[in-house]
Formats: sequence, C-alpha cells, structure tokens
Amino acid sequence: MPREGILIKKPIERITGEQVRQIHDSSLGILTEPGLFCFNRRAAEVFRNHGAEVSAVSGSDASSWTIKITEKLVTDALASAPSTITLGARNADNALVMKGNEARVYYITGSETNTWLDVDFPTYVSQTDSSKEIQVPEFKPRRGTVADLCASAHVCEHLDTVDGYIRTVNIQDREINETNKDVNKFFACLNNTTKHVQSGLTNLVQLDNVVKMAEIIAGGAEKLRENPLISFITCLVKSPLQFVDDTTETFIEVCQRGLPVIVSSSPQAGTSAPIKEAGIMAQINAEVLAGITLGQLVNPGTPVLYGSVPVRARMDTLGDSYGSIETTQYNIDCVQMARFYNIPNYSTSGVCDTKIPGQQSTVERLFSDILVTLSGPQFLHCAFGLLDCNSVFCLLQAVLDDAHFKMIKSFLREPRIDEAELSVIRKQITDVVATSQKMFINYIRPVMRSGEISPPYVFEGDGEDDNVFALANERMQELLAKPVEHIDEATTERVFNEIPGLLPGLNVYKGGN
Amino acid sequence: MSAADLLASIKENVIQGRKTTEDIGIDESLTGTPGVVEMVEEALEADIPAEDVITNSLTAGMEVVGEKFSTKEYFIPDMLASADAVGAAMEILKPHLEEANVATKGKIVVATVKGDIHDIGKNIVSILLKGAGYEVIDLGIDVSKEKIVEVVREEKPDYLGLSALLTTTMTEMPVVIKALEENGLRDSVKILIGGAAVSDDYAKEIGADAFCADGFQAIKVLEEMEKANGK
Repeated sequence: MPREGILIKKPIERITGEQVRQIHDSSLGILTEPGLFCFNRRAAEVFRNHGAEVSAVSGSDASSWTIKITEKLVTDALASAPSTITLGARNADNALVMKGNEARVYYITGSETNTWLDVDFPTYVSQTDSSKEIQVPEFKPRRGTVADLCASAHVCEHLDTVDGYIRTVNIQDREINETNKDVNKFFACLNNTTKHVQSGLTNLVQLDNVVKMAEIIAGGAEKLRENPLISFITCLVKSPLQFVDDTTETFIEVCQRGLPVIVSSSPQAGTSAPIKEAGIMAQINAEVLAGITLGQLVNPGTPVLYGSVPVRARMDTLGDSYGSIETTQYNIDCVQMARFYNIPNYSTSGVCDTKIPGQQSTVERLFSDILVTLSGPQFLHCAFGLLDCNSVFCLLQAVLDDAHFKMIKSFLREPRIDEAELSVIRKQITDVVATSQKMFINYIRPVMRSGEISPPYVFEGDGEDDNVFALANERMQELLAKPVEHIDEATTERVFNEIPGLLPGLNVYKGGN
Repeated sequence: MSAADLLASIKENVIQGRKTTEDIGIDESLTGTPGVVEMVEEALEADIPAEDVITNSLTAGMEVVGEKFSTKEYFIPDMLASADAVGAAMEILKPHLEEANVATKGKIVVATVKGDIHDIGKNIVSILLKGAGYEVIDLGIDVSKEKIVEVVREEKPDYLGLSALLTTTMTEMPVVIKALEENGLRDSVKILIGGAAVSDDYAKEIGADAFCADGFQAIKVLEEMEKANGK
C-alpha cells in the first residue's frame, strides 16, 4: 500500500478555467514566438528531427540555436506523458502514487542547501538580577557534510508528515569531489531513509553509477523500473526560455533510462520573468511545456512531473522572495495548470526569507504551506527545514515543520456529518439540556481518545514560558537516537564493491554513519 | 468478590472515570460492567465501612488520576469524569459517614452572580470539589444577592464561591459581600471568588477571603482553610 498523503477533495483555485486556457494559449504562442534558445546540441537535433523549426543563432560558434515548438508537438507530448506516476521506496509502504487529476498531496523535503545551521542553547544571566537565567537558542551556520545529510535523512525518516526525501544539504567534505559527489549523496540518503529519494545530479558521468546503485538496492534493473526508489530533478530550462547545455544533457540521459524526472523551472518575477502574474505564468508554463515535450520526444512515456518553483523578486535586493504573497499565488496557479494537463505537479511551499527559525519563519512558511496544500499539488516540495530562501538547512526547523504539517493534516480530515451522526448528536443534546449543568463534557472522552479532535501544539510551553525551540530540540535528539532501517549488510557490501567513489565512512557495517 | 477485590475494582473505575454501568472508560471493554455508583452500593451492602471505601478506593483512585493528569496522560475531561464518579459515590456514602461519626469535608455554596449567565468554569469547579469530597450546593447562574443570603442562612455552609466572567458583572460580588455583612452572616462563611474577570487583587479589594484561578486552585485553597480550621 502506498502512503496515503492528503486527499484534497475540493482544491482551492485562484484562476478561472478561462484564465487557465488563456495562459495555455499564451504559452503556446511563446513557444513559437520568440521560441527558446537552446545551448544543447542533442536537444536541438531532437526537436529538428520531430519537425520543430530549429535555427542556428547567427554569430554564434554553432553551439546555440533558436527552437520554435509547434502546438502539435506539445499536444502530442502531453498525450504521451503518463498521468499517473509512482515514486517507489525501499519500504514499499512508503511508495507515492501521484495522479494528475487527483489532488492527493505528498509532503517532500528539499532543496539542496550549502549551509547547515546548528543550534545551541547557552544560558544568559540577568545583569540586574543574577538569580534570573534564561536559555536562548543560538544558531551557528557551517558547511554541510555527508554526516549532516545522513542525520537529516535519518530524522526525516522518523518525521510522520515527511512522505519523501529530497537531499537537504550539499555535501562539502574534503573527500568529496565532482566525480564522487552523486554516488555519496544518493547512498547517504538511501541508507538512512526507507522513503522515496530524489536529487539533482552534479555530474552526468555519475548517472550510471547512481542508477546501478539503485538497481542493486532495489533488487535488479526490472525491480527498479517497478519500484523506482530514486528520481531526479533537472532545471533544464533557465529563465527566460533557455535550454541549458549540461542540465538538458542530464535530462535527456535520465529520460532515456525511463526513471521519473521533474521538469523544473524557477523564474523570478521581476528579473528573469515579467513582474506581472499573467507574464510569469505564461512564461513558466511555456518553459515547463518545452521540457515535457523534449522528454516525451526523447522517450515517449517517460514519467515527468510538471515542476514549478516560481518566485517573486525582492524589491530591496532583487534576490528571491519566497516569503512573498505573490510567490504563493504563482505556485497555486501552476498547480492548476498541471491539473489542466493531467500531469502530476511538483510545487513549492514553506521556503522562507528569514535566516533563522523564529516568528518570521513560522509566519512565512505556514502561510504558503497551508494555501499551497489546499490547492492540491501531488508532490509538494515543502521546504522542511529550509531557511534564507534555499540556502540554509536547519534540522530543528524541520522538526518544527513536521508539527505544522500535522496541524494542516488534522485540519484537512474529512468532515463527519451524516444522518447517523446527527441522529446520535440530537439524542445527546436532548439528554444534556435535561441536566442541571447542561454540559457536554461527558461526551468528550471517547472523541478525544479516537483522535477525532486535534491535540494541543506539540511544543507548547508551560505557563507564560515559550519553550518551543527547546522542546523541538529535545524531539530532534530523540529522533536522532532512534534507529533507522539501513540497507542490509550483503547489499551494502555489494554496493561498496561495485560502485566506485563511496566514502568508507558511509558503511555502517564497518563503523561508519 | 472479596472486599479487597471490590475496593480495588472501585478504585480502578474511579481511574477509568466510570460513574455508572453505561459509562465508557479509557478501557472500552469495561462498558456494561458496574461503575463506581453500583459498586459502592454493593460495598455498603457487604458491610464494608464507608471510610474504607473513601480511603482505599475513592481517594486512592483520585491520586492516580492526579498523577496521570500531571504527566499529561489525562486531560481535564478525564479528571472531571473521575471527579464526577467520586462525587456521586460521596452522595451515597454521606449518610453512612454521619452515622459512623466520621468527619467530613466542608460544605460550599457556589453561584454565578446576578447578571452573569456564564457557568462553565463554575460547573467544573463544582465537579472537582465534589470529587475532592466537599458537599457542594450549586445555585446556578444569575443568582441574586437575596437568594445567596437566604441559602447561606439556611444551609450554614463553610464556604461561598462566587463566579463572574464579565467586568460588568464582577461588581456584583462586593454587593453580595455587603448583603452578607448587613445580615450578620459575613463572618460565618469564607468567601472565594473566581472567573476570568477577577484577580487576587480584586479579591483583596472587595474583602473576599481568596481568589481561585481554577478548580485545582480552589481545592488547594479549601484544603489550606480546612487545615487552618483544624479539620
């Protein structure tokens, strides 16, 4: 049985059906005029071979082209792209089944950050009254390591609301280089969580080793096709409207292997896309459609997700503002576009602008987490633990986010209102109003025990004390102390024998993490 | 069932918060089996002393409930269910205790003052006080000073609990106190006040004897007053 996720029966919509159609039409227009720049030769050839108008850019060294993608190519691609995609997992019960026309939301971590944020709780003494002490969380950034990635996957394995795992931290150990980073990051993730694992690829040279590793762990090539316990994300189109050489090459190679892949586009309204909603929507939709079309031309039937990470620019720096209201609006619009195409959607929420956990972080992430969840994306890259846009990961924040998502899930329980229920309640009301105290307290307990009413905030402090961070830290330590189900010893040995470049320290059967 | 088993069973049903046969406890399999009320009656029929029932079953059971509440295994509805069961048991045991000349806890009259119809907090306090062994006379809501004076005169309670939720109705509390003074009853009863609008400072200001933030504090305050009275 796959994971249940949250089924949103009545997803919220921001734009009308007519506006969806208008964005679609406008995107099709953009795909032919101006079309896309392409810096990848194979992509240009694929499009040319399928009838697209491909022209070398004059004055270039024959390494860039303009591509005009016709409506028919897009329509055919949308028809061949699967509407149901299964993302497998080491534990089959953690598989994710995503249907383009079903608003079943799965919460998945991400993205890859360079910085890991440690937390400590030093004690401060009042200058005016030395008997008064408080513990204040202090956050210290440092470069992420393989051990951090293992710890993050380990904790996320135990966080109930995390349905799948995108690597959260860029491994920057001294022993890690361009040629061994991919195998180490995938193994660190796969060995510490039994949930689905997704990542981008640093170096295409490592793709076959990563796939082979996944095949060994899955039990063979065929088993991996049946249960794709890994998937990839590629940003092949750089905004505005440019097929990038290396990521497009990676995308083509992944498509040829038939593994699930996300076509992700991340335009920034104001700089790499128009500042107006209609503009960024028409453009991001064109960029994703271009990627989906390329994938289906390379290998029809390749499972691709409609990946959208739109963001608005900050006015003070022109950097990303994931915490802005508009960013959430764009993401919900994209969910609607993907549903229009009947293709599962990868959407974004919970990324905040602030640099450390706190009130701003909570406001920004909860705002988008709630609203984007309600719009019903299938794959919600919901930024567990991410801060400072996409550049910092804090495990403590991930634990806090899990509590927030539990609240959202609790809110989205099915209403239990039917004739039988109302009949019982009417008797209850009649009985209670006949008593002197007229209180319903006696009826609370069975409901409370059944889980039908939500529990208090899990990190609630006593009295006036705000102990949220300290309590979340305790929870984080508890989760780190809990064992995880590692890959078995024989399989681990085979992986280490057959996959070059793995750090010996990752072998748990030889004293590693 | 032996006397020891019966007392243990009553204690367990106090912990389960099961007053009668129909009640659902924490352990649903107990539904349909006798609750505290039925078993206390059975204990009296078996000539088990009322004092033993209180000590070994009711008080012992409530101690466990209190521990579970403090560790957040139990919540207020659990505590109230248990207290309600104990309160019902005390009603049954009361004549037997008087017959045996066993000292009982004090009597308290509670009321939501004139003009105020909010009574959730007052009701919770009543249940908890009954569960703690006090005799509670609940006058209900919107109670006039005349009614309170009349009941204090007739029932001679040890304590009077006044409740008000609103800033517009809390001013009725000093009116009640003045009426008791005018009728020569003020010194016969300790007055406790509670409710969202009032405070410790307000209690002092109007000449009440104590402010209680909730039912648990009310029990604590009453226990201290009982001790001071040599009970």
